Amino acid sequence: MEFTRKNRQLLSRIATNDRHGENSPYFDGWKAYDSNPFHPIHNPDGVIQMGLAENPLCFDLIEKWIRENPDASICTAEGLDKFKDIAIYQDYHGLREFREAVAKLMGRVGGNRVTFDPNRIVMSGGATGANETAIFCLADPGDAFLVPSPYYAGFARDLRWRTGVEIVPVHCKSSNNFRITRAALEEAYEKAQRSNINIKGVIITNPSNPLGTVLDKETLRSLVSFVTDKKIHLVSDEIYAATVFSSPRFISVAEVMQDMDCNRDLIHIIYSLSKDMGFPGFRVGIVYSFNDDVTNCARKMSSFGLVSSQTQFLLASMLSDDEFVGNFLRESSKRLAKRRHVFTKGLEEVGISTIKSNAGLFFWMDMRPLLKEQTTKAETELWRVIINKVKLNVSPGSSFHCSEPGWFRVCFANMDDKTVEVALDRIREFVLQGKEENNHEADKSQGRAQRWRKQNLRLSFSSSRLYDESLMSPHMISPHSPIPHSPLVRART
Amino acid sequence: MVSMSKIATGNGHGENSPYFDGWKAYETNPFHPIDRPDGVIQMGLAENQLCFEFIKKWLMEHPEASLCTAEGVNRFKETALFQDYHGMPEFRQAVAKFMGKVRGDRVKFDPDRIVMSGGATGAHEMVAFCLADPGEALLVPTPYYPGFDRDLRWRTGVELVPVICESSHNFQITRTAMEAAYEKAQEANLKVKGLLITNPSNPLGTTMDRETLKSIVKFINEKNIHLIGDEIYAATVFKDPEFVSISEVIQEVECNHDLIHIVYSLSKDMGFPGFRVGIVYSYNDAVVNCARKMSSYGLVSSQTQHLIATMLNDDDFLHNFIMESKEQLFKRHKYFTWSLSQVGIGSLKSNGGLFIWMDLRKLLKEKTFDAEMDLWRVIINEVKLNVSPGSSFHCHEPGWFRVCFANMEDNTMEVALSRIRSFILKNNESIIPRKLCRRSSLKLSLSRSLSRRMDDFMSPAGIMSPHSPLPQSPLVRART
Repeated sequence: MEFTRKNRQLLSRIATNDRHGENSPYFDGWKAYDSNPFHPIHNPDGVIQMGLAENPLCFDLIEKWIRENPDASICTAEGLDKFKDIAIYQDYHGLREFREAVAKLMGRVGGNRVTFDPNRIVMSGGATGANETAIFCLADPGDAFLVPSPYYAGFARDLRWRTGVEIVPVHCKSSNNFRITRAALEEAYEKAQRSNINIKGVIITNPSNPLGTVLDKETLRSLVSFVTDKKIHLVSDEIYAATVFSSPRFISVAEVMQDMDCNRDLIHIIYSLSKDMGFPGFRVGIVYSFNDDVTNCARKMSSFGLVSSQTQFLLASMLSDDEFVGNFLRESSKRLAKRRHVFTKGLEEVGISTIKSNAGLFFWMDMRPLLKEQTTKAETELWRVIINKVKLNVSPGSSFHCSEPGWFRVCFANMDDKTVEVALDRIREFVLQGKEENNHEADKSQGRAQRWRKQNLRLSFSSSRLYDESLMSPHMISPHSPIPHSPLVRART
Repeated sequence: MVSMSKIATGNGHGENSPYFDGWKAYETNPFHPIDRPDGVIQMGLAENQLCFEFIKKWLMEHPEASLCTAEGVNRFKETALFQDYHGMPEFRQAVAKFMGKVRGDRVKFDPDRIVMSGGATGAHEMVAFCLADPGEALLVPTPYYPGFDRDLRWRTGVELVPVICESSHNFQITRTAMEAAYEKAQEANLKVKGLLITNPSNPLGTTMDRETLKSIVKFINEKNIHLIGDEIYAATVFKDPEFVSISEVIQEVECNHDLIHIVYSLSKDMGFPGFRVGIVYSYNDAVVNCARKMSSYGLVSSQTQHLIATMLNDDDFLHNFIMESKEQLFKRHKYFTWSLSQVGIGSLKSNGGLFIWMDLRKLLKEKTFDAEMDLWRVIINEVKLNVSPGSSFHCHEPGWFRVCFANMEDNTMEVALSRIRSFILKNNESIIPRKLCRRSSLKLSLSRSLSRRMDDFMSPAGIMSPHSPLPQSPLVRART
């Protein structure tokens, strides 16, 4: 936003700086989608939204449960007698049944290898609020957190904007499947120390956004011992825990702590129902800390973003239904697995590889062979081509602070089967067209992933006629909120 | 020891304030008419519980307002997925409409300026983050809601500078007081970024008159500082004078609209604190945009947005609810204040809010805050009423207490009143005026002892303060 000098003086520094992150090019894909959203009938040439990590695959199960359980609502005949008590309930401890139900869900999602204590469940305004609250509790302005990259684009805002805390990325490389190594952590830590940056902790996302992979026990143990040694915090964002759809299973940091010598006061978990259940609108964020002081502090801070008691009540009822939850988790995994497989296969057919993943609502696609050159600039150019020509809103790796250009996060769960087909068709066409435009020999695809010779492809995509000039104009590059007429538009991933 | 942030280890959360001791007394021994008739009655909670039957009736007739009924479940998925920080258009339209109606339709609110937040708590913090840097200050007239200390300061690092309001002026905000506070801040090297007013006032229960509001708008405009109007009690105004919003006043006074912001909520006006519906309404585009981005930290649950949108888009409901609420509050307030006056307890004349500002100065051993705290502990521990001492609201004068009246059933109110009566009779007989209600023998015995006490009452050394009810009419309210 352009600020007049007058406004700059009138408003706070926070209000006039860029740390809300919406000036990131990441949001340009949104705009392309908003101005031309795909619809199978009304707008079949529109942009398909593949930048939205949503989980809408199991609403049939949820709706069935809702119909069968009218007492879960305070507005039905069956539930109305609870309306008043719930409407006036603003205790920041949260409804006991709600906390118990969430604790139980977290336990189940971790394979019941850990029991979570309902008294440590603290509410927040979605995972967005939870992450910010954790940072407010643990770090002062100017302090920093180590964050393995690639990482969720929203962290730039959630961890930094109003807190004044910095992010120091720990760059992970494709050469070892983006593993978080002790060496990388140590190196990032030392480097920060030398620059007089005070590292207060590490934030990991497990399962990973954007990779869709889970951390193995070794890596988790290594992280826990790293933070214990350095006496810094470990915040584990586990909001994708129930999206694991194939082995290896999800292991929570809570599980790993159980048989390790470590300082429990350093360990905190962020949870949410936005991804696992598909309820981002309900703003259910959870801070779960093993540190009593942090729990108490976060609970006081939760006043700034409590979960609506109406929603607490509904979810307490839903998530206490063991049979429903078990069935839901199984079905959700199944459907995610199936959907992922459709994409994996479809992409393999045209020689596009993705990182092997078993979780999340997206895959991490390798487009490095298609880059003109291995630079972020080339990645951005390729991205604009994908948005404007292929008409898919995917998210470029640079928006996740990936240190290697050429990777893209593609969401696969937020659309119906027909749209999946259209998306795959477009990708196939794009890739094959790229091959045809080559004058040189290209390796023939045998159905297994193959790479083109880089220089051939670079030729075909360097043509400026593929760029939509309008996308480069200032008004499109403005950072702002999605265009209001699209009801399903969101401002975050 | 593990290192946490300064914010976490400091006292900025405000819960070490004695204000919370009353809560603890209540929590360990809460009153229940049957199970615990000797427990502490909660009169420290500004809740509006008087209209739930009305609301429930509407809900029965409008199953489509819920996502969980047969009529509403087809909207479940799209609503559960809706996380756009603009908020549902129907929700914003409904809130804008409600806000306008509450102001007699003298102002129109623009739905595109409606920004969500985590309750009024979240709204205040958000506004402070947008307008002030750490170390900068906001002026706040006293007495003020204790939660401001946390909401405006804790994580923002912003300071609060009190604008002292005195009982001699009915606690009204004067130009002199504002200037004095501004000067004081300058002397302390604090950059003042704005003035926050609560209108209707918590804890006073009074509304600001047009002149005062104009004077305030002129002041902030001259100083080029922001005006934040916390209007969360707007619909609780139950009698004249009518509520005047700053949104109306800025239509009449020259001022820079970029300085004007309103905080709203449904917690008090509708009685829905659990639903966490906070609203920031700013006339400054940059603030709207910034606040909207920040609202991600505390959006209103889409389930709740849907319910509220349906409810408040029903014009009949809107109109009738407002009338019903006013009526219930009026009745309850009238009965409560009259009953108190019968035992010589006065309160600031008020026309809104969910509480009264009770004048117990005559009961103080001495005019100090220590004496106020002593009296308070007696009220909590012996009378067993959780009321809130004026010092927790940063009142400049000891002896005032905020007492909530809308958060209980009629019979609980009776119990509270009888406890007050007993306490007064036992300990402070000299304040009871000659004439009392004619309803019981209690009155007879009191009036006998009263004729004696009238002399005490009239004596210069006694209670001849302008704040006691006049002896001849039981219906006279204490006025300052």
